[in-house]
Amino acid sequence: MPKVFSRPKSLKDIPFHYCPGCTHGIVHRLVAEVIDEMECFDKAIAVAPVGCAVFAYDYFDCDAFQAAHGRAPAVATGIKRVLPDRLVFTYQGDGDLAAIGTGEVVHAAARGENFTVIFINNAIYAMTGGQMAPTTLLGQKTTTTPYGRDRQVNGCPVRMCEMLAVLDGTAYVARVSVHNPANVNKAKKAIRRAFEVQMAGLGFSIVEVLSACPTNWGLSPLEALQWLEQNMIPYYPLGEFKVPAEEGGGQNV
Amino acid sequence: MAKVLMKGNEALGEGAVRAGCRYFFAYPITPQSELPHYLAKRLPEVGGVFLQAESEVASINMVFGAAGAGARVMTSSSGPGISLMQEGISYLAGAELPCVIVNMVRGGPGLGNIAPAQSDYFQATKGGGHGDYRLLVLAPYSVQEIIDLMQDAFDLAEKYRNPVMIMGDGVLGQMMEPVELPDVEVGPVAPPHRPWAATGRMGRATKNLINSLYIVPENCEVHNQKLWEKYRQIAANEQRWEEYQTADAELVLVAYGTSARICKAVVDMCREAGQKVGLLRPITLWPFPEKPFTNLLTTAKQFLAVEMSTGQMVEDVRLAVNGQRPVYFYGRSGGMLPVARDVYREVQKLYCGGEQ
Repeated sequence: MPKVFSRPKSLKDIPFHYCPGCTHGIVHRLVAEVIDEMECFDKAIAVAPVGCAVFAYDYFDCDAFQAAHGRAPAVATGIKRVLPDRLVFTYQGDGDLAAIGTGEVVHAAARGENFTVIFINNAIYAMTGGQMAPTTLLGQKTTTTPYGRDRQVNGCPVRMCEMLAVLDGTAYVARVSVHNPANVNKAKKAIRRAFEVQMAGLGFSIVEVLSACPTNWGLSPLEALQWLEQNMIPYYPLGEFKVPAEEGGGQNV
Repeated sequence: MAKVLMKGNEALGEGAVRAGCRYFFAYPITPQSELPHYLAKRLPEVGGVFLQAESEVASINMVFGAAGAGARVMTSSSGPGISLMQEGISYLAGAELPCVIVNMVRGGPGLGNIAPAQSDYFQATKGGGHGDYRLLVLAPYSVQEIIDLMQDAFDLAEKYRNPVMIMGDGVLGQMMEPVELPDVEVGPVAPPHRPWAATGRMGRATKNLINSLYIVPENCEVHNQKLWEKYRQIAANEQRWEEYQTADAELVLVAYGTSARICKAVVDMCREAGQKVGLLRPITLWPFPEKPFTNLLTTAKQFLAVEMSTGQMVEDVRLAVNGQRPVYFYGRSGGMLPVARDVYREVQKLYCGGEQ
């Protein structure tokens, strides 16, 4: 019988350290599958973040860098300027990308750096103990917003894709979710498209993935997926915010 | 080869290009701006890349990426910008990546001013960033030495897989002197093959990882011990200094960079007066040249450290002298230069028997 499903070559055969119900594992697998399908394994260079996915370099079997907190887009800029034909991607959480690393991601995007950012948005700082992130929803309880995020005190959540899509340097900007199989499939398509945009040399690409954090949300894995769908998607709408001009895009949608 | 007239900051750039550096990431700050100006023009001529980063934080992390990908890469800044780079410098040292960092020191602390100073000595030689690490720190004192040390800086960085800092100041950056350039072919340079670099596997059997994370304390200690052994070897093998009129010197001035130029003039003034005064000029600030002290102590009765700070290197002089002779200090700070006649007056007080 033909083999129809197996572990991607780009992913090592070792157990993940992630909590039960965490969706990092799904996203890792999608990225690895796309690398395999595009036959880019030998060209791929991953830049791991600080945070829960700090060990992403242990799971992807390609060459990798571990960057300082928030600095992955600057590190990727240096790599890509030296090795312009490689497939370079950063893998960053929302604390990493939307708080401490805002400067780096905004300017890498503005310069149109030709690499891809995989941006995991779970509306919380996870590894450090469930604190408020820039993406935490209004009213959401975290260890540093025990009464719920208050607009007067903590300000408003940041929509990174909408913010980055207005920059002329971005070529592909999409937000996806992995809360059910249909959306997992869409997420994979977006990741593939982002990598294709990069390999075509069209500029900066980012895929934001809405992800679940059952541990820090204090929910069961199933409840967490439901919470994501009911609370995050209304604030963080899914879709492609920008596609390359030659594909009829170039306009913000 | 014919000599050309060149500004110190431009010599840093041309020296880097001739040393094979083709990647330069930097953020503007006075008084080193002629260096990015020069390389912005020069690097595209030789198939290189100059990128003006959005901050010093970004520029040092671009260096991290380029160095990890195997390239000869450099950044430059001055005081406040170097402070912002400390996180990245610690990561570069932790991941054992070769690169060159230029610091044309200005007056501090805080915003200070744009005048020449040597007050970043502690930051450069004692770590600066977090964790146990050392940088090789080279302190040129002429435009020619900038050119010569730039080649050494890249070679040492690669030999030890460690960041190397070139520490100068606004005087060195702005002064123009005739220099002889190394006669090397200047054109595109492909990143050399480095077996450890993360370049994409490209058929390699195992993956390469550029990393400074050792989450298990036992492993982190092993990593620190390995680094420390490397630093021990650097300290043993790479001390550099120049001695001037020290063979019979009873008073030895210790100064580096711009202060050393001034002290050389002071030594000449003293010798004309028949006084046995010499100069020890550290060229490596880390490792600090302790080796010459064994010989110096045979004639020297006292030492005078002269710095453009309120006294930083003098602590290393005291460690090297180890209580065997008195060590005195004279310094100007905040961007003020020591004046030869003032240093001469200090020497007279000490040499003629008076305590300071």
